[in-house]
Amino acid sequence: MAEYKLELKGISKSFPGVKALDNVQLSIRPGTVHALMGENGAGKSTLMKCLFGIYKMDTGEILLDGEKVNINNPDEAMKHGIAMVHQELQPIPARTVAENLYLGRFPMKGFGPFKWIDHKKMYTDTRHWLDEVGMDFNEKALLGSLSIGQMQSVEIAKAVSQEAKVVILDEPTSSLSDNEVETLFRIMNDLRDKGVAMIYISHKMDEIKRIADDITIMRDGTYVGTWPAAEISMDEIITKMVGRELTNVYPQKNHKIEDEVVLEVKGVSSIHERSFQDVSFKLRKGEILGFGGLVGAQRTELMEGIFGIRGKSAGEIYVHGKKVETKNPKAAMKAGIGLITEDRRGNGIFGCLSIKDNVGISVYNKFLNAGFILNHKAINKVVDESIEKLRIKTPSPKELIQNLSGGNQQKVIVSRWLANDPDILIMDEPTRGIDVGAKHEIYEIMEDLAEQGKSIIMISSEMAELIGMSDRICVMCNGKLTGEIDAREEMTQENIMQFATQF
Amino acid sequence: MEKTGAKKIQDFLINYGVIMIMFILVIYTGITHTNFLTWNNANNILLNMSGRLVIALGIAGCVITAGCDLSAGRIIGLGGCIAGTLLQKIDYSGKFYPDMKPWNIFVALLVVMLICAACGAISGFFIAFLSVPPFIATLAMMEIVYGANLIYTNATPLGGYTAEYTAVSSGRFLGINYQIWIAIIVAAITWFIFNMTRHGKYMYAIGGNPQAAEVAGVPVKTTMIIIYAKAAAMYGLAGFMMGARAGGASVNLGLGYEMEAIAACTIGGVSVTGGRGKVSSAIIGVAVFELMKAALQFLGVDANAQWIAIGVIIFIAISLDIRKYVVRK
Repeated sequence: MAEYKLELKGISKSFPGVKALDNVQLSIRPGTVHALMGENGAGKSTLMKCLFGIYKMDTGEILLDGEKVNINNPDEAMKHGIAMVHQELQPIPARTVAENLYLGRFPMKGFGPFKWIDHKKMYTDTRHWLDEVGMDFNEKALLGSLSIGQMQSVEIAKAVSQEAKVVILDEPTSSLSDNEVETLFRIMNDLRDKGVAMIYISHKMDEIKRIADDITIMRDGTYVGTWPAAEISMDEIITKMVGRELTNVYPQKNHKIEDEVVLEVKGVSSIHERSFQDVSFKLRKGEILGFGGLVGAQRTELMEGIFGIRGKSAGEIYVHGKKVETKNPKAAMKAGIGLITEDRRGNGIFGCLSIKDNVGISVYNKFLNAGFILNHKAINKVVDESIEKLRIKTPSPKELIQNLSGGNQQKVIVSRWLANDPDILIMDEPTRGIDVGAKHEIYEIMEDLAEQGKSIIMISSEMAELIGMSDRICVMCNGKLTGEIDAREEMTQENIMQFATQF
Repeated sequence: MEKTGAKKIQDFLINYGVIMIMFILVIYTGITHTNFLTWNNANNILLNMSGRLVIALGIAGCVITAGCDLSAGRIIGLGGCIAGTLLQKIDYSGKFYPDMKPWNIFVALLVVMLICAACGAISGFFIAFLSVPPFIATLAMMEIVYGANLIYTNATPLGGYTAEYTAVSSGRFLGINYQIWIAIIVAAITWFIFNMTRHGKYMYAIGGNPQAAEVAGVPVKTTMIIIYAKAAAMYGLAGFMMGARAGGASVNLGLGYEMEAIAACTIGGVSVTGGRGKVSSAIIGVAVFELMKAALQFLGVDANAQWIAIGVIIFIAISLDIRKYVVRK
């Protein structure tokens, strides 16, 4: 038997303009849990998608039990005994556990060409596999009635039922309670005893130390190294994950932070137990406040809560010392808060509308003749100015926003908020998915706003950007504010990572 | 990227295919039947179009927000019947309110539109505040309105309208029927609302991306209620117009018109996925339907077979329309 159950060698993968994976390797021993670690965007998920046949790799090979295999789609991956428990589960909540388990491969019975689904066998078999992973819920229960943890164990049961020899677990614990994590670890230990190899992607240090046998670290799409889990400390892991130079250029900081507190958030909690809890912070006039943390730290949820998109169960928000109730975005805007959301396609742009309409939508109240007729001339002027000032590349303001590049779309959204002129602008991952040139322009706009005495909150998962742009950094982990870094010299990736992995 | 000749022709066919089929049909009918292309016939087609256009313009607002309105037909019936009961001749034997003097026609119209708007506002409330899908909310309203109308009229047909009321259809200004003028004015007002007011812009935004609209501070809920209330007021107006044209009304007035109106909007280019559509879309769609009906009638196609033709047109038109968005991905 080969030493390794699965080997990935020299894997490279490019997307237009980005080299996502560069000569990456990964070797998994049978009957072990292999942790794959790295910052957001280090290429972990991309690597797993290449392995699972969702992406086609440019170069590299996959060896299973020492033999080279070709995997072109998830179906072939499963035939080779590779199963994946997705970061975002994609089951059918309205159908039963058994149906989800056997979807696409229902057991059939009948005679001759007449076949129908053998429900009895399906239910008995499902029962068997659920017992196998130690789950006692009913096989006929609707999947949607289960908790996320239970759904995950159904996914694992499915992997086991397909006799998977390699199971990929991509951040399986990000939405689990402590009890559910214990159950998951028990199942994983059982599988390990049965000789199954597992690839475990997680950001949570304590879990890694508990469950992993080997650790492979990736950084910026490259392979850093592999170590036995027992021989590497948490600090070493962090250093190896972030150890890179700051490459982006940030504008000269000329803005002055004043003493006046423009926004104070006191003890704000989400209506959901696992989202942001008891968060308090202050934002001063002319300040750029960075919010760091890992994916799932609930930073976006917190900001959307402050802006009135998500429900709050407790806490108070003060703008210029006056208490405001931001029960919906309209109320938040009235209080002088703006939000550029993280999910540009989901709740930022109106794809089928023009640039003009996309900029104008929040400011029509300011441009009315006789109280109700839109003053198109004035709106056109604002839009034309924005296009020029922010250097939006477009043939005309009438162009549909969906035809622009990501960076230009983002500039249109920024224009919308500049036209609205809020005192406090929250920018959630403002440079995600846009090219370097556009990034720099967004940074300049931020600096410009701060110089005008506006205050900015910036969520960023890019360490370099967070450190380069922020006057002060708040770090969140699992819905709680775990740290605040004031002094410039303490703004290091290691310090931020320390706070971000506290729980 | 330069478009090739073949690609251009393909684009053209996708964009204007249905309208071209319609033109070919009209020209063919005009050549083979000399009395098709006459002023009299054109006026007749325009009269048929006017009521349908008012309905289509109302429903267009709902469709642009990626919704629909199944209650339109029944609300038309309600509007027609209420108008009928208020505007009967004093000496008509089967009068609904025997001793009541006929109302002022403008007051009657206002009452009709307000009652219908209230029905639409209720649908809108359930859609906006209680997240009932538009399809279901308006389905419920359709049943309620029909029941209410049956109870109100005792299911008896209405007739014996005042000369003033029937003149809404037959009277002319500058040689064009009042009814056609009404449709023109409604189209102009709708164009103004869609293009020159905040409400119109909010409507397109909600249709384009409801989450983004919320984040951008658009009052999504009130806008939705206004859209459905406004649409229902227009169905009431259409019922009023159609009652005047027929000289009578029954609870079945308007039955099934909502489907034709939705189909007309879509044929003209209002996207059922939301965010796209103009006043001209509704006009084109309604014109396609009415011209086709008239042409088929002239060609001697069996009236029953015309339903099949309508269905075929919808299949073709929507398959072509969807192409515009499918290729974008």
